[in-house]
Amino acid sequence: MRTFALAGNPNSGKTTLFNALTGSTAHVGNWPGITVDKREGVYKGGKEHVEIVDLPGIYSLSPYTPEEVIARNFILDEHPDGIINIVDATNLERNLYLTTQLLEMDVPVIIALNMMDSVEKSGDKIDAKVLEQRIGVPVVPISALKETGIKELMERAVSMPPMRNGRTVLAEALSAPIAEAEKYFAEKEVSSPVFHAVKLLEGDELETSSREAKNLLSGVQARYGEDLEATIADERYKYISANFSTAKQKAAKPVLSKSDKADRVLTHKIWSIPIFIVILFFVFHLTFSENLFYLNGFTESQAWMPTMEDLGYGETLGGSEIYSNFGIALAACFYDGAVFSPGVILTNLLNLVLNYITYGIGLGIEAAGAAEWASSLINDGIIGGITAVLGFLPQILTLFLFFSILEDTGYMARVAFILDRIFRRFGLSGRAFMPMIMGFGCSLPAMINTRTLADEKERTATIRVIPFFSCGAKLPILTAIAGGICGVFGFDNVDVITYSMYLLGIITAIVSVIIMRATTMRGETPPFIMELPAYHVPGFRNLMLHLWDKTKHFVKKAFTIIFASTVLIWFLQSFTWNWTFIGADSMQTSILASVGQLIQPLFTPLGFGSQAGEYGWVFAVAAITGLIAKENVIATFSVLAAMFVANFEGTEEGVEEAIVMIQNTTVTWPALIAFIMFNMTTIPCFAACATAKAELPKGKFKWTVLFWIVTSYLVGSICYTVLSWWWTLFIWLAVAAVFAALVILKNKGKIKLPALRRKKRA
Amino acid sequence: MGKLLCNFAVGEKGRIASVSGEGRVRRRLFDMGVTPGADVILVKKAPLGDPLEVTIRGYQLTLRKAEAECVETEAAK
Repeated sequence: MRTFALAGNPNSGKTTLFNALTGSTAHVGNWPGITVDKREGVYKGGKEHVEIVDLPGIYSLSPYTPEEVIARNFILDEHPDGIINIVDATNLERNLYLTTQLLEMDVPVIIALNMMDSVEKSGDKIDAKVLEQRIGVPVVPISALKETGIKELMERAVSMPPMRNGRTVLAEALSAPIAEAEKYFAEKEVSSPVFHAVKLLEGDELETSSREAKNLLSGVQARYGEDLEATIADERYKYISANFSTAKQKAAKPVLSKSDKADRVLTHKIWSIPIFIVILFFVFHLTFSENLFYLNGFTESQAWMPTMEDLGYGETLGGSEIYSNFGIALAACFYDGAVFSPGVILTNLLNLVLNYITYGIGLGIEAAGAAEWASSLINDGIIGGITAVLGFLPQILTLFLFFSILEDTGYMARVAFILDRIFRRFGLSGRAFMPMIMGFGCSLPAMINTRTLADEKERTATIRVIPFFSCGAKLPILTAIAGGICGVFGFDNVDVITYSMYLLGIITAIVSVIIMRATTMRGETPPFIMELPAYHVPGFRNLMLHLWDKTKHFVKKAFTIIFASTVLIWFLQSFTWNWTFIGADSMQTSILASVGQLIQPLFTPLGFGSQAGEYGWVFAVAAITGLIAKENVIATFSVLAAMFVANFEGTEEGVEEAIVMIQNTTVTWPALIAFIMFNMTTIPCFAACATAKAELPKGKFKWTVLFWIVTSYLVGSICYTVLSWWWTLFIWLAVAAVFAALVILKNKGKIKLPALRRKKRA
Repeated sequence: MGKLLCNFAVGEKGRIASVSGEGRVRRRLFDMGVTPGADVILVKKAPLGDPLEVTIRGYQLTLRKAEAECVETEAAK
């Protein structure tokens, strides 16, 4: 089977064309070494099946971004049978810039001229035949979105002669130095000598690695001018405008397009930020709200909608093991005392299905007469763990869908544009904002979304702080413990505590980024030179394929790494040291409990260590079970509460559980605040860890875990000590000042810090 | 000496005379079509005054003031 590579600019419709070509045969992998999606698939629409490899979207073949290097190496080293170069006809000049570089390689090239329909709509005209004559390779007008012209494109692609020698479009002025460099490469018998020759003249760092090549370059520069790079870029554009302005006939009068009008509002000087906040609010509202559009009033006292229980259906929903009335159970997925948002409805529906499956398996185990530990392994360990993780899937996907829509419409680029100024202060670009804000929903899609960040260090720093933006699953910890604090210690502002905790999470994130950018993740603020693509309606099929990829990815992880770690924790909490199964109800004698007791003293600076009394280990244990899913922190309290209160029945919010824990240990309220902050900033759930590992550059994951542990420990300690003894604030400030001074002095080259250096190398 | 792109007012037009800057930034500017001879219009500034949005070679490009400082233009006619 022959292989064709698909190359083109970002936003040129490349992914749409790829989806149209390969349909369901596509699969996503990673390019070796970096986290850029590698999509492959098979085109089956013609006589001959053709393998299609989607190269990353690029503007050029320079050596500065990993995407460009990948595309370049793939064409040079893997020798595809041809390149399909998709060119956005509405933006011909800049798109052809890449084409002129591809033409220099020894590989057959065919041009897919996309979005011809938009060009015609705006009144312009491009003559594909003229273009073909000028460029000298086949040019086929297509519409990737409407899937027209694709058959002809592929017919012509497979009938191209198998060899084409690279040639350059650069004018006479450069022909002598190019010929000289070409001769050098031809003698070394490398393929694509023309391409290498031109790149060498550009001073490309991938070509000038050898001494010989360097000497050649400086020799050429001495004779033909130092700044060949500028001349070459200039000549490319000169060639393009000289030849293709003729192929393209501009309409007499340019009209203000819909995109321009939309842009005037969305990036308006005053309104852009409020509009952005409103859009963001709706995204989160539609994903997480259990009171859609506040139909049921804004506060509890305004609530007027009856719950299912009020309607007399309480019996059929709770109590018994499985719903006695499927219809009511189904209805309760959509409405129960308030109308749910789409994200919540999907979650409920999935949980409904999972409940039936769990119930069915439970019956099966009972019928088979399995041992108690085996049925617990299957029910609590395996099924419990998997459903806990899969339960997030609908909301993760809903959130992902909304952000994909915003990305595909071109709005995300504007958000980066609007907010860049603020983020630059912290050494990040405006692009980093979206992943961070997504973190409030769920860390998983947020971490995956960091792929839009071009700079590796920026991406690493962003992934590390994403968990500090407290996700949906951490909210129960907050509300339960804040509720408990208010119940026991007599505050009555749960919302103030919750709000401050969120704020503190954000502050931790900002401080961490600043520190990282000054120490281990040091580097220039990445340049922000970015295309603002025209707004357009996203393609439904693209969105769905995108979501499907993410689903597959997530489910695969749920059943491997997350699953394994979940079973491990189940084992620790269900067995004693002498291998006796104890079940979930007597967790206090489990291996996990003794591990908790062992590490309890470690939490002394955070206030819930040794000073928390005989049962203080419950906090350590809860923090460990929280690694499966942060909901488990409160669920563990619920289980452990049985130690203190016979026949304990928890509440949905977990406040009762928290109160029982507080009353039976000797923790103080500052320690509880520290506990909340510790859980918010420590290692996130296993699902997020698995995602972080996949998204981070190689070798960075273990440092990231260490970073989370250290940060949470510090933040917890600061909270506890400062809230217990206010004057300790000055000690912390003094330590911070000394640290900052050392870092600044070191960065200015005044002193040397051996410890920091070592960390940097790692 | 011509006017730098970072000093343009909204709506101002110019033709690029030269592009300076560190290797990576300069190369990126070239790749995005910011080369000598190209016509450029400053379309707008972000709400906080930076970055800038320009129209160049028929499309919208955003860049920071610091990067626009590398772009020198000829006086517009």
